[in-house]
Amino acid sequence: MARQAQERIAIMGDEAIALAVKQSNVDVIAAYPITPQTIIVERLSEYVANGELDAAFIQAESEHSALSICVGASLAGARVFTSTASQGLALMHEIVYATSSMRVPMVMAIANRSLNAPLNIHCEHGDVMPERDSGWVHLFATNVQEAYDLTFIAFKLSEHPDVQLPVSVNLDAFILTHSVEPLTPISDEDASKFLPPRQPLYSIDFDSPATFGTMALPDTYMEFKYQLKEAAEKAGQVYPEVAGEYARISGRRYWYFNSYMADDADAVVLVLGSTYGTLKVAARRLREGGLKVGVVGLTMFRPFPEKQLVELLKNAKSLIVMDRAYSYGGLGGPLYMEVLAMLYRNGLRIPVMNVVYGLGGRDFRLDEAEAVLKIALDGARRGRFDEHVRWWGVRA
Amino acid sequence: MSSQTIFYKTPKDLPREEWFASGHRLCAGCGAGIAARLIFKAIRGPTVVVNPTGCVEVSTSCYPYTAWKIPYVHVAFENAAAVASGVVEAIKILNKKRGRKLHDVIVFAGDGGTFDIGLQALSGALERGHNLLYICYDNEAYMNTGIQRSGATPIGAATTTSPAGKVIPGKQERKKDLIAIAVAHKIPYAATASISHPLDLVNKVRKALEIEGPKVLHVLAPCVPGWRYPPSETVRIARLAVETRYFPVYEVEYGRVKINIRVKEPKPLEEFLKAQGRFSHLFRPENAHVLEALKKAVEENWERLVKLEESGIAL
Amino acid sequence: MSAKKIVEPVIKGQFTYKDLPIAAMIPVPATSLEYKTGVWRTRQPKIDYGKCIKCLLCWVFCPDAAIKRLEDDSVNVDYEYCKGCGVCETVCPVKAISMEEV
Ligand SMILES: Cc1ncc(C[n+]2csc(CCOP(=O)(O)OP(=O)(O)O)c2C)c(N)n1
Ligand code: SF4
Ligand SMILES: [Mg+2]
Repeated sequence: MARQAQERIAIMGDEAIALAVKQSNVDVIAAYPITPQTIIVERLSEYVANGELDAAFIQAESEHSALSICVGASLAGARVFTSTASQGLALMHEIVYATSSMRVPMVMAIANRSLNAPLNIHCEHGDVMPERDSGWVHLFATNVQEAYDLTFIAFKLSEHPDVQLPVSVNLDAFILTHSVEPLTPISDEDASKFLPPRQPLYSIDFDSPATFGTMALPDTYMEFKYQLKEAAEKAGQVYPEVAGEYARISGRRYWYFNSYMADDADAVVLVLGSTYGTLKVAARRLREGGLKVGVVGLTMFRPFPEKQLVELLKNAKSLIVMDRAYSYGGLGGPLYMEVLAMLYRNGLRIPVMNVVYGLGGRDFRLDEAEAVLKIALDGARRGRFDEHVRWWGVRA
Repeated sequence: MSSQTIFYKTPKDLPREEWFASGHRLCAGCGAGIAARLIFKAIRGPTVVVNPTGCVEVSTSCYPYTAWKIPYVHVAFENAAAVASGVVEAIKILNKKRGRKLHDVIVFAGDGGTFDIGLQALSGALERGHNLLYICYDNEAYMNTGIQRSGATPIGAATTTSPAGKVIPGKQERKKDLIAIAVAHKIPYAATASISHPLDLVNKVRKALEIEGPKVLHVLAPCVPGWRYPPSETVRIARLAVETRYFPVYEVEYGRVKINIRVKEPKPLEEFLKAQGRFSHLFRPENAHVLEALKKAVEENWERLVKLEESGIAL
Repeated sequence: MSAKKIVEPVIKGQFTYKDLPIAAMIPVPATSLEYKTGVWRTRQPKIDYGKCIKCLLCWVFCPDAAIKRLEDDSVNVDYEYCKGCGVCETVCPVKAISMEEV
């Protein structure tokens, strides 16, 4: 490492993302306001207006257009950033799929917020889940520092020659977007070294005219989709290399997940986003009392790090998967269903329960985290859970 | 300021280069094909085309066949103006930061992709003031999906979703005024053109490219199966549209209207209508009122333009 | 890369996903020239050079760029691509073009 220690600052999640984007040699930013990501683009527009960032800032007339602008700009060779949440992401949906299928690198911050109706601006992961199958790489931050760091990693991963895919950095509405937390930024010089100006593999160019976004008939369509499948999986393979390079400049090492004492735990709780922090504190307390619990917070949700998770969970006796989203009429939350499939096809027959919690921003407190961990332990002791899915705290 | 430069005086002045190549799959006699070929003859240097979903898109960019010799981008149906905005701004900032070669950006979009589903993206792009040329080839319906009504379909026309029924004889609503919508954005240049008047068309394309800011061109491009006429008639029908005042050819420069083709003695509208199957039901006695409504719409539009031109008022 | 290299594997069905360009992009211009739309034709134009005045209107209006403009501004029909629409016959001011059965 041998890097000069950077000064710690206090900053909220949205501003931390904006700072990372500013340091990333970004060329074009297009977005549309929606709570709670608005601060990201407000800060970015200030940077541009004050001459601190040499980029085109475009406030589109909708998120659908914002993402479309980003696609055009990225195809023209620019490094591109956008951010949105909830309704905005839903409005982008059509172009989300076009972006990954056209193999257009870019980074999008998603301030995870519930989807109407009822209207609710608070934290939920139900907004990004419809984009799960798009071929985007989806990264989740558990705190402000991670949101900042993952933004750099996202750009690098997105533009990696073997990947060429858009990447989302997810941060929990308000809990991270609006919380002031300590942050150790990397220096501008290190940022520039990590992310020099984008060198596109191909781009719109009159001197070598290409046709982008063609129609493919059944004779070739599946092969183009297979390319996408391969690229999405490749993103998982090159991620440690990219994260490793980032660790060398920042001293902070990222992996497919954060885990707290999960290796030797009897009962493990798996979660996305900031709730990892709460669970970790609860697990520490229980560990102090000799209870063998562990916690995993998934950093990379797509591509799904199956191999690494199986390795981590192979000794667990029970598992609770916590979902801040739900598949209505389905078997449970999306993360739960994914994990069930993973365990089954890897021969890990441990009891698994789904806790659906925090929808629409409902608080999930430390004592509740402890309670969930204890239920997990109980499942491990008894070798089974009494229910598949529990809507945590719902007045049913 | 009024730029009156004529770039192409006779057909001989048109460049030989075919930026829009043979081998595309547009129908025989397709008006949009004529429009595309001519329009891209008028490019002045490095140019990109952004084309939303529609007949031209599926017929010219079906893997592994592209008819384009200039860089081409298709993303979706309603977002061509937004995609183009991104291309324009990216190239501009990359030119400033790293000396990337500047390109003209032309959108080539159908009427459905312009008047209807793409109108918001177009409005956003015009309001933001990007330096791009948005060209709508208007065949007055959603042709790619099989001739459904659009906001550009004229009153009375039969389409598959505004059929000539016993109770409702064809489309009952008037055509949107795209140029008025465009001009309301205070853009420097908006104009109409018809494939039947190629020199007017190419000169407008070239003139528009010389103007900084957003420009809109609305080009009439008849469709063989959609309008129901023999393929050889495309240009003749487009010309009748102009000569009957059905499709006035004019431009609006910095808000001021100028009629480019003054139709002093218009041919009867029936000549244009009777050449096409989509209007045949209008000549049944019970539908006379629809024919009248269409005639009235055409007359009103022409008179409005004449008054605007005479007044010299900037819109 | 040539147009043939892009088109032929697809026609022959001899390719894997690795052989195709990324994301269905076509990296070379005008590969459509490999697609001979002349086979669509049921009627075809014939030019009477005795009448032709080299006004170029058929060249201008052909939707398929199938009327070739030669060095001396005379024209001929490229039957590889001509779809037989007959627009050229209609726009010719001196009736130098007639559509014939193929
Ligand atoms: C969001 C969306 N809705 C509907 C469609 C289906 N669609 C494809 S092309 C088209 C009509 C295009 O009409 P127009 O823009 O007038 O072009 P034309 O085909 O007439 O040339 C429609 C409805 C689509 N591709 N995307
Ligand atoms: S349907 Fe109409 S617009 Fe579409 S290719 Fe055929 S003639 Fe052209
Ligand atoms: Mg149309």
